[in-house]
Amino acid sequence: MAEVLVLVDHVDGEVKKVTTELLTAARRIGEPSAVWVGDGAENGKAALAEFGAEKVYTAPAELNDYVVAPTAELLAKLAQDKGAAAVLVSATAANKEIAGRTAVKLGSGVLTDVVDVTAEVVTEHSIFGGATVTHGRVKAGVPVVAVRPNSVVPEAASGAAAEEAVSVDLSDAAKGAKVVERVVEEQGERPELTEAAVVVSGGRGVGEGKFGVVEELADTLGAAVGASRAVVDSGWYPNQFQVGQTGKTVSPNLYIALGISGAIQHRAGMQTAKNIIAVNKDPEAPIFELADFGVVGDLHTVAPQLTEEINKRK
Amino acid sequence: MNIVVLVKQVPDTATERKLNAEDNTLDRAASDGVINELDEYAVEEALLLKEKHGGEVTVLTMGPDKAKESIRKALSMGADKAVWLKDDALHGSDALQTAYAISKALGSIEYDVVVLGSESTDARTGVVGAALSEYLGVPQLTLAGKVDIDGSAIKVQRQTDYGHDVVEAQLPAVVSVVEKINEPRYPSFKLIMQAKKKPVDEKSAADVGIEADKIGLANATTETVDFAAAPPRAAGTIVKDEGDGGTKAADFLAEKKFV
Repeated sequence: MAEVLVLVDHVDGEVKKVTTELLTAARRIGEPSAVWVGDGAENGKAALAEFGAEKVYTAPAELNDYVVAPTAELLAKLAQDKGAAAVLVSATAANKEIAGRTAVKLGSGVLTDVVDVTAEVVTEHSIFGGATVTHGRVKAGVPVVAVRPNSVVPEAASGAAAEEAVSVDLSDAAKGAKVVERVVEEQGERPELTEAAVVVSGGRGVGEGKFGVVEELADTLGAAVGASRAVVDSGWYPNQFQVGQTGKTVSPNLYIALGISGAIQHRAGMQTAKNIIAVNKDPEAPIFELADFGVVGDLHTVAPQLTEEINKRK
Repeated sequence: MNIVVLVKQVPDTATERKLNAEDNTLDRAASDGVINELDEYAVEEALLLKEKHGGEVTVLTMGPDKAKESIRKALSMGADKAVWLKDDALHGSDALQTAYAISKALGSIEYDVVVLGSESTDARTGVVGAALSEYLGVPQLTLAGKVDIDGSAIKVQRQTDYGHDVVEAQLPAVVSVVEKINEPRYPSFKLIMQAKKKPVDEKSAADVGIEADKIGLANATTETVDFAAAPPRAAGTIVKDEGDGGTKAADFLAEKKFV
């Protein structure tokens, strides 16, 4: 069976959940080979084995000293050397860029923001803010596919996870954009927005300086906090938490929208959530069209009550 | 400094967007078009760079007739001139082919920096900036929240999941911008009037040396196999808060086993 390359997302040796989703999808197509760039593979190997990685290619951390191009060179080289059937990455902003460059190098095609993928590498996409479902495929060469986190349910299957050190002679072009500093902005103990199983988001209805009500509910559920564009534009909450068309796309198991009207721009970023709860004063708010459960009322009384009830029932 | 800014005409998100049943491509005639939202930020950044470093801002777009509206918009904001890659043969080109076509068009334009939005609101692939850098062989400074140029050195803050990276390179370079970078200006009446007289240079694919077998639907690297309206979500339960809205929401969560 042909190898399927899976680019591993990890933080300090800890494998992110999306990688277990990619390994699960990769097993439909062929034999998953994890590609680990940077240090810490020895710590993450067990998790990769648990989700069926037969091989683990480890590449030096220096690849991350430059913007995306080196990882694309590595993936393209591995795909060619190993005769890979496909290359899978998570659909984060940076990984989509890696996917694009890899496909150019391979002379193949790239499919991004994929919500499902078959054994024949036919991909499913949710487009136009979730209004339309399309299926796509790459017509020539090794398909490069970026899969949206939380789209595939991870299933365990044991793999050998045989480690093999790999390297690539970087071209000068790949070293053109050098990362000279990494600035980590505090996000506390909360899970990352695109990875989180539960997201609690606040909109204009929350009001300035009152985001604590959103954060408290999020923390009770171990959720990530999101914000609508109106909130970010008003400077009430930092930019990196914006959900929607010009922000992050999330696909959690549960999405709670507090004081969010549900404009198409917002829906584009959350419509594939499996369960949606909305709280809004306006019974006509479009968010209620999506909601599995909606409360028409003041979020400043409903949300704290919900937080308290969850705490009671824990 | 020679600054090129890429813009794209997209269907207005607020209208109903459709695909063509004939060839599964975007139905550009079905909805009103607008300049891609993030491209306004790209134009603004290009203008700010010009104000600081001097030079000229050239708009570059690829698209059919309606793309003229986006060109006009960018010129009204203050860009100096435009190059319009317009050819029926480009119809159906995917993201990588688009990046390739743009790279060829840039072959006949002098540039120190190419600025674009980090993604478009229609296809949302987010790969064009990266693929363009790959084709041009110039540094990729994408997802920029801040740009500083000093002589031939360029430094950007690249937005990441954990915060940002500070990235340095030498010009020429490709820069894609995110929303937080600036606040796009509104065109003044005077600029809107002036925009009508600014030069727009129309080019065919052959004019810029694009090989016929590299573009268009038939040669696309990807294809849309089929499409359908998303199945409607089952109607949910909506309750009015009678002092127990939070409790009822908790009941729903319990029923779904979230608590």
